[in-house]
Amino acid sequence: MKDVREALMVGRNSEGKLVRRPLSPHLQAYNMVRISSGTSIMHRITGVALSAGALFLTVWLAAAAAGDSVLSVVQAVYGSVIGLLVLAGFTWALWYHFLNGLRHLAWDAGKGFELPDMHRSGKLVIAGSFILAAVTVVAAYLVW
Amino acid sequence: MAEFKLPANSTIGEGKTYKAPAGAKRVKAFKVYRWNPDDGKNPVMDTYEIDLDKCGPMVLDAIVKIKNEIDSTLTFRRSCREGICGSCAMNIDGANTLACLKPIDDVKGDVSIHPLPHMPVVKDLVPDLSQPYAQYRSIEPWLQAETAPPPDAERLQSKEERAELDGLWECILCFCCSTSCPSYWWNGDRYLGPAVLMAAYRWIADSRDEATGKRLDALEDPFKLYRCHTIMNCTQTCPKGLNPAKAIGKVKQMMLERQG
Repeated sequence: MKDVREALMVGRNSEGKLVRRPLSPHLQAYNMVRISSGTSIMHRITGVALSAGALFLTVWLAAAAAGDSVLSVVQAVYGSVIGLLVLAGFTWALWYHFLNGLRHLAWDAGKGFELPDMHRSGKLVIAGSFILAAVTVVAAYLVW
Repeated sequence: MAEFKLPANSTIGEGKTYKAPAGAKRVKAFKVYRWNPDDGKNPVMDTYEIDLDKCGPMVLDAIVKIKNEIDSTLTFRRSCREGICGSCAMNIDGANTLACLKPIDDVKGDVSIHPLPHMPVVKDLVPDLSQPYAQYRSIEPWLQAETAPPPDAERLQSKEERAELDGLWECILCFCCSTSCPSYWWNGDRYLGPAVLMAAYRWIADSRDEATGKRLDALEDPFKLYRCHTIMNCTQTCPKGLNPAKAIGKVKQMMLERQG
């Protein structure tokens, strides 16, 4: 740590000599895979992923503006099996981030803080994100 | 700043194993974090096998038994053994709680016990809580009023005003919540953490306190208050069933409301 807490990392042993104290384990000891911290971490991860997703969208738009020859290359990449899987992943990330964002809006409005509500809304967000992503992917496939 | 890995002197090795006595039927293994300031070594996890037929029901009973009968060097804080003093706060089975309130039967498999997370370790399960205590002092946790109290009488509250404090005054400052909060891990030098913020709200919500504006001013800070990202680990882990996240949410709302 490079902040004021550093001062507390020094203690004394039984002889009064200065010793460096260990930092107690945090991520190493805490079970983070639970509705509370789990949904929070996923919100961050999907947020970061969607920033990358915006880049993919921009590339596609730029390719469309650049003309048929460029666009056909981008379409081929995005339309490949791997490309489609990645796009499906972004679809899920978008739905998750959107639904969990609504959850955060409710919290900011002072609602949904009780533990049973928090667990229910968290499970709804997880289930809803997969269902809506599946619906979106299927709908896109049918239209395509 | 977020540092996900432990410093080199804090990584945890394998320690000694103390086998259960012969003939024990219900054996449970307790893996306990050990660090001794006198031996110059890294922390280790010692394993103690306990005969549950000869042990009380709570995790605190087990570690008291270890200290009394197996290894008297094991160091931890405890006092009331009934969830009112907050001394035996520690990380048990991946979450922070009071050892005296945690039934051994709640834990499947081995029981892992660590000190409260992301704190300097004094010895074994004893963390240095100077930082959260100093932060608690910084929110001036006492009644502040310009108006003099009525002569020869207390400052009175209506039942409704008093009810505003329910769920806040019960906090025993065990800091299970603050040390469960990733934001407090990464930014605990400046972020006050859930326990201290709930204590701040306890005085903001008190009808007899007249320093609400000053208290909110003191929290209007990108780090002190707004490093709370509603992760909800605090509420999830509170051994007293309180809701620090809700109290912090109320403070954030009051901040918005007074901006008009």
